[in-house]
Parts: sequence; structure tokens; C-alpha cells
Amino acid sequence: MGDRHHKPLPTTPIEERVVALEALLTGKGILTSEEVDRVIEYYEHEVGPMNGARVVARAWCDPAYRERLLEDATSAIAELGFSGPEGDHMVVVENTPAVHNVVVCTLCSCYPWPVLGLPPNWYKSPPYRSRMVREPRVALAEMGCRVADDTEVRVWDSSAEVRYLVLPMRPEGTDGLTEPELARIVTRDGMIGVAHH
Amino acid sequence: MPVLGRDDVTREHGPPHGGGIEGVDGVHDLGGTQGFGSVEMEPAEPTFHSDWERRAFGLAFVAMSKGLLSGRFRHAIERMDPVWYLDSTYYEHWLTATATGLVEGGHLSEQELDDRLGEVFPMSRPIRAPRIIDPGPSIDRPCYAVGSVVRVREWHPLGHTRAPRYVRGKSGVVVRYDGIYSVPDVEYHCDAKRREPTYSVRFEAAELWGEPGDPIHVDLWESYLEPTGGSTDG
Repeated sequence: MGDRHHKPLPTTPIEERVVALEALLTGKGILTSEEVDRVIEYYEHEVGPMNGARVVARAWCDPAYRERLLEDATSAIAELGFSGPEGDHMVVVENTPAVHNVVVCTLCSCYPWPVLGLPPNWYKSPPYRSRMVREPRVALAEMGCRVADDTEVRVWDSSAEVRYLVLPMRPEGTDGLTEPELARIVTRDGMIGVAHH
Repeated sequence: MPVLGRDDVTREHGPPHGGGIEGVDGVHDLGGTQGFGSVEMEPAEPTFHSDWERRAFGLAFVAMSKGLLSGRFRHAIERMDPVWYLDSTYYEHWLTATATGLVEGGHLSEQELDDRLGEVFPMSRPIRAPRIIDPGPSIDRPCYAVGSVVRVREWHPLGHTRAPRYVRGKSGVVVRYDGIYSVPDVEYHCDAKRREPTYSVRFEAAELWGEPGDPIHVDLWESYLEPTGGSTDG
């Protein structure tokens, strides 16, 4: 096809490149495989949206906590024991009947790791990153999140140091639920803003 | 400091650099571009899809936590060949940036990587921006208040920046002040840091896209902005 479809792709399988890099780094004593194992274990099993769900459920149940969360999210989230890389400067944006918030990182993949874990592939993908700032309402609808015409969609592009968490509205009919029960109905997508809760 | 200006085109993906404009306004700057189609969501998506993704993430994280990739990692991703960037998955970006950053930091050599792999280890393209000698003065108090109308400077740097292209030259209103942080444009290309206030700035859709729509908020360092003299009532 000539230059028109020039695709400068690497020829070695990615698996081999990873193995080579790790072998070289461990062989030179720059790092150990055990250090790598510990990081993987932590991010695969110990952090995730269940952390953010506890923050949201607490805010739904405790008005004073909600106020602290909106005022100083980093400290309020740390009250529940969640902190660390990609969560040092948190801002929580609250959904209301008038405002629906949604978070994107158009330049890379900025995401609040301590409360949501590592981001899903779609969050890091070109379709999401390109469209959420250009046609947010259309992209949201395609993702199954319809926003009423008279509700403003507010898009937050996390392009600097702040990482965002959306505080969804508490679903109707959940008055009788306890805080742990509420935490179980909070979704990752709701806390990114691509679902209602 | 980092080994710069590598010209070994046998390692490069795509045409040799030097006469072109690759590196300017990189392909990673995706906001507002079109043609990528629908957002594909994977139900019950696992954290990692394969063991190599686990290892690539872990290697990058540990290297970063040891300070071996400081001021290099993101820009190394941005310097991947654009076609390769779009055609590869996220953790391939991470692996490539880790290897590139470690070489540029002097922790590994390309020869060592090639010898271990048994082939040329693919890397990001070289840094094109010149090193910054003087980081310039830090700014220790915010110049803009919430409600200030600001315009994002129109510039197209060769190096790293966190000012998305879709807001450059556009005016918006400061909605939040976030504190003082190292300016990545300087940190990535200088031995010293410059610290400045950052703000969240609200842009109306009509300003960005020329048609009505929902507002977009972008977080920006002070030197990305210039005053317009305007203000709202907050």
C-alpha cells in the first residue's frame, strides 16, 4: 500500500519486551520483581471503586461529612483511610437536579486512583478523550447516561494536579438503606459521571 | 542529564525526524478531535487483561517511585510515533515510556535493551525541545481571582505541556484556585522547577466550538493564561 498506509509498528511481541525490560532491571539491581509484585497486588486487589463507594455512601448519610467532602475532598477522603498517588489533590463535584458532572482526561489518563483504582480502558481511549469535551451529552447518551435537557452537563478535564470524583445523587427509594448497603449500589461509572449513580 | 538528540533512524518508527514537525502538538492531545467512533465499554472489565499488562504497570510504578522517570514519563508517551500511539494499548505506552525514560535518564542503554531482547527495542522519538537553563521566577500567590476572565495563550511548544490545544487562544472564567504546583513545561526540560498557581477555568461551548453546548472546565497553570481585563461577578 506504500506510504499511505505506513504503519510503523514494532515487530517484537509486547510480552517479550516486558520480560526483557524486567530482566534487565532486576539483573542490574535497579529494582526487584518482588517490588513489582507488591505494586500489582495492591492495585489489583486493594484499591478500586469500592473505596469511592464508601466515600459517596458516607456523604449520602452524613450531611456534615458531605460538607467537608465538598469543601476539602482530600482531607475528607483521607478520613476514611484513602490516600496516595493520583489522589493527593482531590476535588469532589456534586450532581444535583440542575447539574450533571462528568470527568475526562483529554491529554492522558488522569484518574483518582485511591478512590477508584486504575482506570478502565474506555476512559483512556481516544473516543472518550476526544468526544467528552466536544459533544458530552451525545457521548453520555451513547454510554447509556441520558441527561435531561434542562440539566447542565459540566465536563471537568483533569489536565493539571487535581483529580476529580463525582458525587452522584442518592437514588430515590433508598431511604431505608444503611450506609454499607448504599455503598453497594454506588458504581464506578457513577463516580466518573458516565452513569447516574 | 538526559541523553538527547538521538539520531539513529534505524530505531525510529516512521520518517526520520529533523525536518518535519513531529513532536509538536502531539497525537495524545485528543480533546475535540473527531473520527474515533463510539466509546466501547467492557462489562466487568478486569484491572489488567493479561500478565504483561500487570508487569508493565508494576515496572513503571516502581521505576517512578524510585524517582528514575522524574520529568520524563508523560513526555516519553507523547513522543511515541503517532500511528504507533493510536494503534497500541495503554500499557504498551507505559512500557515504551518506561524504557525510553530509563535510557534518557542514563539508567539503561539502548544496547543493553537490544541485547536482552535480541532485536531493536522500540522506543519513543527523541526530545526536540531545547533544555531550559533558567526556570524563571516562581509565583507564590494567585494573580487571578475566581470570576476573572482569562485567555489561554496561543502557543505550540516543541516540548511537554499540559495546556490542551482545544483551549489555546480561548477565553474562559476562573472558577477555582487550586494551589501552587511545579509547571510541567519547565520541569520536564530543566534541572530546576518553577512553581505557579493553578486554576480551573470554565469555557463555554460557543467559545470552544462555535455552537451552543455544555461548558468545559480545564485545569491550567498561571503562565498558560493571560488577562483580558474582564471579570464576572463570580
